[in-house]
Amino acid sequence: MAKIQLNGKRIKILNDFNVSDLIKKYKLNQKKIAIELNGSILPKSYYARKKLKNNDRIEIVHFIGGG
Amino acid sequence: MKSDYLKIGKHILRSRLIVGTGKYKNFKQTADAVKASGADMVTVAVRRVNILDKKKPVLMDYLDPKKITYLPNTAGCFNSKDALRTLRLAREMGGWKLVKLEVLGDKKTLYPNMVETLKSTEVLVKEGFKVMVYCSDDPIIAKKLEDLGASAIMPLASPIGSGRGIRNKLNVSLIVNNAKVPVIVDAGIGTASDAAIAMELGCDGVLVNTAIAKAKNPIMMASSMKDAVIAGRKSFLAGRINFQNYASASTPDKGLI
Repeated sequence: MAKIQLNGKRIKILNDFNVSDLIKKYKLNQKKIAIELNGSILPKSYYARKKLKNNDRIEIVHFIGGG
Repeated sequence: MKSDYLKIGKHILRSRLIVGTGKYKNFKQTADAVKASGADMVTVAVRRVNILDKKKPVLMDYLDPKKITYLPNTAGCFNSKDALRTLRLAREMGGWKLVKLEVLGDKKTLYPNMVETLKSTEVLVKEGFKVMVYCSDDPIIAKKLEDLGASAIMPLASPIGSGRGIRNKLNVSLIVNNAKVPVIVDAGIGTASDAAIAMELGCDGVLVNTAIAKAKNPIMMASSMKDAVIAGRKSFLAGRINFQNYASASTPDKGLI
């Protein structure tokens, strides 16, 4: 198990988990989100190959209503 | 009037009314109001996904970004760093290069922090963004933004959500007369006549959110804003009469009995 921070919350994930696995776990649509890993934007093309490790900080954002 | 479109960068908008998508009761109402407004462009904000609620509906389910242009904003950002971060994420989300920059100065007035705004505009333009900039109604600052490469100047009419209308018509006119890029009044519109006045002053468009979303009947208000923007634009293009100090009879005296 690895511990990461997802949108400010501590969560546990399996070892060898990549970003695509995380997206699947939370039933998110890749087309409707953007991801920041440890403060840098992670391009969509990296989702499947980027392995998550202990203490990674992930931010997943999407569009909401706003003025 | 058929070809009187609003051009921002490479984007061509048939409607000169841009609407915000915040403060609505639900997404259905948002979508209905956007439809009634006739807007081709809507502003949207970037926020964390709610990871605890997997079934929560999302805005994109109700407003298709393929059919309506999403204009990502930086609402809630009080410094350049946060604004840049937000817009870079927005670009990653769907390739949006056309964005709305707003860097706020304080929570009470939501007045723009123009020092941070100018700084951010410069960086974003260099990174290839097309930036529409929320700004104070200062003609010098507006010109400076244009010089920095802003794609549109968006002076506030009055504080965001205040519904106070255009507090300084003269300044808005000065900005319009000076600008070679579109000027869009953003923030403070309260009712249809405010939107019409903005257009009569020669603004290229109007951005409205609270006045529609918080009206008793948001759908009807959306349609009213649509009409107001069209009426104001036509009035501007038609050219209003000059002010006179005394009356001028509409009926000729000739043939008077």
